[in-house]
Amino acid sequence: MNIKEYIELLFTDYTLRTITLGTAILGAVTGMLGSFAVLRKQSLLGDAISHAALPGIAIAFLLTGTKDSNVLLIGALVSGLVGTFWIRGIIKKTHLKSDTALGLILSLFFGFGMLLLTFIQKQPNANQAGLDKYLFGQAATLLERDVWLMTIVSGACLVVLLLFWKEFKILLFDSDYTKTLGFNTKIIDILITSFIVLAIVLGLQTVGVVLMSAMLLAPAAAARQWTNKLGVMVFLAALFGAFSGVFGTAISATQNNLSTGPVIVIIAGVFVLFSFVFSPNRGLLFKQIRFIKNRRDLQLHKTLTFMYHIADTHDNVSHPHTVKILNNFQGYTKGTLQKLVKRNLVELDGNMWSLTEEGYKTASNLYNQQNKTDE
Amino acid sequence: MSQQVDKTKTEKTGAIAVQVDDLTVAYNYKPVLWDIDLEIPEGVLMAIVGPNGAGKSTLIKSILGILKPIAGSVNIYGKSYKKQRHLVAYVPQKGSVDWDFPTTALDVVTMGTYGSLGWIKRPGQKEKKEALEALEKVGMLPFKNRQISQLSGGQQQRIFLARALVQNASIYFMDEPFQGVDATTEIAIINILKELRKAGKTVIVVHHDLQTVPEYFDWVTFLNVKKIATGPVKDIFNDDNLTKTYGINYKVSIQE
Repeated sequence: MNIKEYIELLFTDYTLRTITLGTAILGAVTGMLGSFAVLRKQSLLGDAISHAALPGIAIAFLLTGTKDSNVLLIGALVSGLVGTFWIRGIIKKTHLKSDTALGLILSLFFGFGMLLLTFIQKQPNANQAGLDKYLFGQAATLLERDVWLMTIVSGACLVVLLLFWKEFKILLFDSDYTKTLGFNTKIIDILITSFIVLAIVLGLQTVGVVLMSAMLLAPAAAARQWTNKLGVMVFLAALFGAFSGVFGTAISATQNNLSTGPVIVIIAGVFVLFSFVFSPNRGLLFKQIRFIKNRRDLQLHKTLTFMYHIADTHDNVSHPHTVKILNNFQGYTKGTLQKLVKRNLVELDGNMWSLTEEGYKTASNLYNQQNKTDE
Repeated sequence: MSQQVDKTKTEKTGAIAVQVDDLTVAYNYKPVLWDIDLEIPEGVLMAIVGPNGAGKSTLIKSILGILKPIAGSVNIYGKSYKKQRHLVAYVPQKGSVDWDFPTTALDVVTMGTYGSLGWIKRPGQKEKKEALEALEKVGMLPFKNRQISQLSGGQQQRIFLARALVQNASIYFMDEPFQGVDATTEIAIINILKELRKAGKTVIVVHHDLQTVPEYFDWVTFLNVKKIATGPVKDIFNDDNLTKTYGINYKVSIQE
């Protein structure tokens, strides 16, 4: 299938449209909430929550015997929340650091979940097949009502976000100070965490337990590179997340048999990689370019200041001197001299150089500036 | 609103701004603060001094309800802290937040208005104006749109101070506002603190540099898990109390 066929199909094929819409909404809501997780330095929390949800899915199936996604997701939600509060409890009550607590709960819950899954598979019940789709996700199983559920949760999340924007922002930045202003930080905290858990649980069917945390972190990490405003960051993260969903679905639909969840995650990863390298302020590329340019400018300025000192010993500042005396100066190369000549700061006549009027002025300004910053 | 403020002002002449009774705080099993009784009169500029681990920051944090004490009570102008929270402003240690947070100087200072706004309501023109005035006071107006990570340590400290000034409180608690700032900023900050005192406010500062205590402050509390002494600098800032607090024979030449 090529792109043109895909776009045609997008408008005619009901299933593809549902899946595309579902992954887009999922990407948007996880990207949005992921910004908060990243800024709170709780990046790993998402990973722990998604893994902690697995036993809930298995237990919900064992209890009810249905594979109805809503029932299973309620199980996931419960065990995800239990995992989250256990993590908090461990951090609070013991001396363990948060990464230890996260790792512990993550592996314990996931191990228990896997145990239950193998137990279910051994049962003489034909109904059990397909539970393992929650491990890596299977977007193809998304139904219209799943997408509706995602839309409702995303809508609720957006409303809460807009209402409590100011409270979220100040809690993220300085929670102690927020307390002294009279805000109940626990309520704000529980609100954020609950929505993060909810978003993760909603994504399990599509992306799966193992890769879900990437949906939370990747769009947010990419968005942070482009802006210094929280609002813009959250918006961009939602946008990147949604595009990851749409592109991921498109690629997996056009390339036969590519699993949708991993493709979405890889697209999100491409957003991150691109942002890390090419974003104008924080990106590696422009940072390196600025660094090199700055270094060269400094070298040039240093050489000019050195010449200024020599020229300053004469009454006539444009008195020619031999190039030889520059050789003792570190940072001087023929290249820097050529550059100074090009900028009209220095004149070169055979083996003799002299400062131009402009060169002398620039150098004395630089010299004074240097002295000022030294103080 | 303004009437209310005037009323409290007349009430508190010669009053006790902060009263701490039997305050005891512990992390795990070890007490960090033991049975602290403290009366801070209105209108003083007070330093809290003591060695590392003496519980100076803990004292401020427990007074402000950030930490939960094991025992004890805190009264602000005779009423419980919870009822009087609006009279109190806090300047945390600069290192307590992540300065790479995506926000601007003006935005951080505006956070000082959130308390009076309450839940949900957004800051408007009035709040923005107040924040700009506070930025002006600390000499940071030209930097209002700067991303906070691009400010120097001293500038970040001024932003924190401006955020507390916006609250227009009666009592200010500051946790090491002079830590890691340059001389210019230190002078700028102490001038603002002295202005606050002149306006009848009470300022309580966790302070490290013993040399500057007599020059900057008129009231001092010596703390080392227990309260060693509290009172006017000219009466109690002496070698005896310093030795008791720091445990070694401490000598500070006090300029007369």
